[in-house]
Formats: sequence, structure tokens, C-alpha cells
Amino acid sequence: MITHPKTEELAQAVALWIDQIRPSLDPRNAFLARVAVNVLGVVGRELAQGPAAEARAAGLMADLLGHEGSHAALNAELCSAIRAGGMTVETPGLLAALQTMARDQLAIDQPNYKAEGSL
Amino acid sequence: MTVDVPLALEKLAVRLGGAGASLDGAQRLSGGASMETWAFAVAGSKGREELILRRRSAPFDPENARSVSLATEAALIRATGARGALVPPVRHLCDEADGLGEAYVMGRVDGETLGRRIVGDPRFDAVRGKLARQCGEALVPIHATSPPDGLNLKVSDAEGELDRYEEVYRATGAERPILELSFQYLRKHLPQPVAPKLLHGDFRNGNLMFDPERGVVAVLDWELSHIGDPAEDMGWICTNSWRFGRPDRPVGGFGDYADLLAGYAEAGGRPVELSRVRFWQMLGSLRWGVMCLTMYLSWANGVEKSVERPMIGRRVSETEADLVVLLEQGL
Repeated sequence: MITHPKTEELAQAVALWIDQIRPSLDPRNAFLARVAVNVLGVVGRELAQGPAAEARAAGLMADLLGHEGSHAALNAELCSAIRAGGMTVETPGLLAALQTMARDQLAIDQPNYKAEGSL
Repeated sequence: MTVDVPLALEKLAVRLGGAGASLDGAQRLSGGASMETWAFAVAGSKGREELILRRRSAPFDPENARSVSLATEAALIRATGARGALVPPVRHLCDEADGLGEAYVMGRVDGETLGRRIVGDPRFDAVRGKLARQCGEALVPIHATSPPDGLNLKVSDAEGELDRYEEVYRATGAERPILELSFQYLRKHLPQPVAPKLLHGDFRNGNLMFDPERGVVAVLDWELSHIGDPAEDMGWICTNSWRFGRPDRPVGGFGDYADLLAGYAEAGGRPVELSRVRFWQMLGSLRWGVMCLTMYLSWANGVEKSVERPMIGRRVSETEADLVVLLEQGL
């Protein structure tokens, strides 16, 4: 990966530019510009944290399902197992694994969101 | 068809205020892709009247839409208002002569609707402790209203809602283990059937107007009104996505369950069990997660162009973070 600049720095540069021009925009576009800055925040965090989060999720799902696989394949298999009733809230380790996966994803999507039970 | 709203409002001002009346300011307040809200005033011989126009700016498909038409919305506001619900007065239902498309006009009610301010602004410190009870009270006349004839409102119970949202979820093609588990779990914990009532359908912090001294002053945004379990309206305002950073205050980020339930019962509503509200609260998180997926898809399919839409898709994970905690706590 090229480092001068890194991809997340490119996203950060665009976000800073949007912040600079935001005061000159009409209310609707100023709102959308703020959303766009948030989008670039997600992109930046996903670049930085996404690979580790995905690897961890794949590891947790592999443990639950008893075999290795790609994140996409394991995720699809886990969904099918839950849908078919083969895995439920009583399945040992399931909720704990899902809790970790949800937290990792939320840390990318909305790090400031206060989830149920967090205060 | 593009409508020049300020121009049409000039004409409407004469119709509302009588000969010699004129439009005195018109400003678009907000609006998504399909709905617009305008604040305007009419100055006439009887003085100045401050009004709100609500109009649909995109075609409405009554067959497939989850929401009701604006004419139905206006009829529901009138009917519930007559029963004592806190609603803005409907002043005029627009027709073809107005050239505004599907629209109606209400009297302007002063107050705050931004959820984050209700939850955190010091202006609301004094009244905040009363709001959950008031929300319970505010639901009673709504649920006690017999819907006017001919409105064709959708009827749905807990199982029907799960079926509908699961169908929508499947159609998105997304594969999310926590949403799957929540569908399965809620199906195993369906509440006992109950006599269906008229529901607001979108009763949450953000769709209520609050006054810093009086508290709840108006219940707005009736487009998701339908017939169903009264606890649905109570659960939706407890869904964490509408607590604006205060998950420790389950009702709207400002109050406690006990006050919501007591306010409802003491105002004459049929008492509701907390477990029933918690069921609908959990279904509320699931519903919002599925709605976020569909909003992303409306962008992916090219129907909507706004940058908001794909970003809302990334709010699914907030519902997953909430749902997994609720699944651990159990109903």
C-alpha cells in the first residue's frame, strides 16, 4: 500500500475541504455536506479497522461453525443456520460472538453511537 | 412536474384569507425526497395567520406505499383531534384548484421537534421528567379514536409486522446474522393477541413537538398510521435509535418505562405490560434496521440520488448493536 499519502489521508483531505466550503452552502446542501464528511469518516475507519474486524469476525464464525472459510461464506452459512433454527440464543458462544462483531462494525460506522446498555 | 410552491401559495393565501389577503413569507423547512414542509403566513383583513403546508413532491403509489395519503393523514388528524389528541389544527385540504398536488395546510404550533435538543438542551431540564408520562397520556385519545370510514388503513399485528419486515429483508438480499436471530427470537415470543386500535405508527422522539414549559404539545407526522397493537406505539418511542445518545432513559432518551405505562393507564388506556412494550421496542430496532437497508437500496437502485441514503445504510449496525443486547437480556 502506498503511504505518501495513505488512502485514509486522501479521504481525510476531501472531508477537510468539504468542511471548509460548508459555511458557503445553503441549509440543505450544508446538511448533505455534513453527511458527506461522515461518509468519508466511515471510509477512513473502514480502511484502518476493517481488515482486522473482518478477520476477527471470520475467526469467530469459524469457531461457531466448526470449519474455516471466507468471511462471506461463513456469514451466509451462519445466517442459514440461524434461519433454519439450528442456532438460537441458547447456542453456546453465539450471542457473545455476535456482540463482538456488532461492536467492531459499530466502531467503524458510528463510533459515537450509544448502544443499548452502554450507559 | 415541478411546482412553484411560493407562487401557488400566493394564490392559496387569497383562498384562505379572503379577498385582499396576501402571502407574507414562505420558507421551506425540511423535507426528504418525497415530502416537503413549508412555513408560510397569510396576512388578511382578520390579521396574520401562521400556517404550515405539508405536500408530497413525488408520485404516491397507494397500492405499494406503507404510508397513507395526505388526505388520509388530514382526516386522521381531524378525527383524533376531535377525540382530544394533541394535534395541529387542519386548516385546509388542498385540491386541484390550489395547484400544489397532494397537500394540506395546518395551523402552526410553536415548539421543538429535534430529538437531540429534547434529550440534552438545558431549556428542557425542568419539564423533561414529565415527558414520559405525558407521552403515555397523549397516546390514549389516539388509540380511543374510531378511524373515519373509508380510509382503508392497514391492519397488522405482531406476527403480521414480522412477516412484512422479514419479506422486505429477504428481498434486500442482505445477510445479517443478528437480524436473522432477531426475527427467529421475536417469532417465538409473540405477545397474546389484543383488540386492535388506531395507531399513530411513528410515535417517537423526533415526531413530537415539545414546549419547554408545557411538555408535549403536538403529535406530528401521521403518514405511518395504521391499525394494530397499542403497545406498538409505546415500543417505538422506546427504541434506542430514538434515544439520541441516552440509552439509560428508555422512553425517547428522556424518561422511564414506568412513567409511560402509568401515564397511559391513568389517562384511561387499557393497562399494558412492560414485556409487551419491550417486545415492540425490540421489533422497533429490527424494523429500523430493515428500513435502513431499504433506504440504502433505494440509492443502489438509482431511485434516490441523495448521499444520505447510502449513509443511512450504515445505521444497520446501530440496530444490531442494540438487538444483540436485547437478545442477551431476553424478553
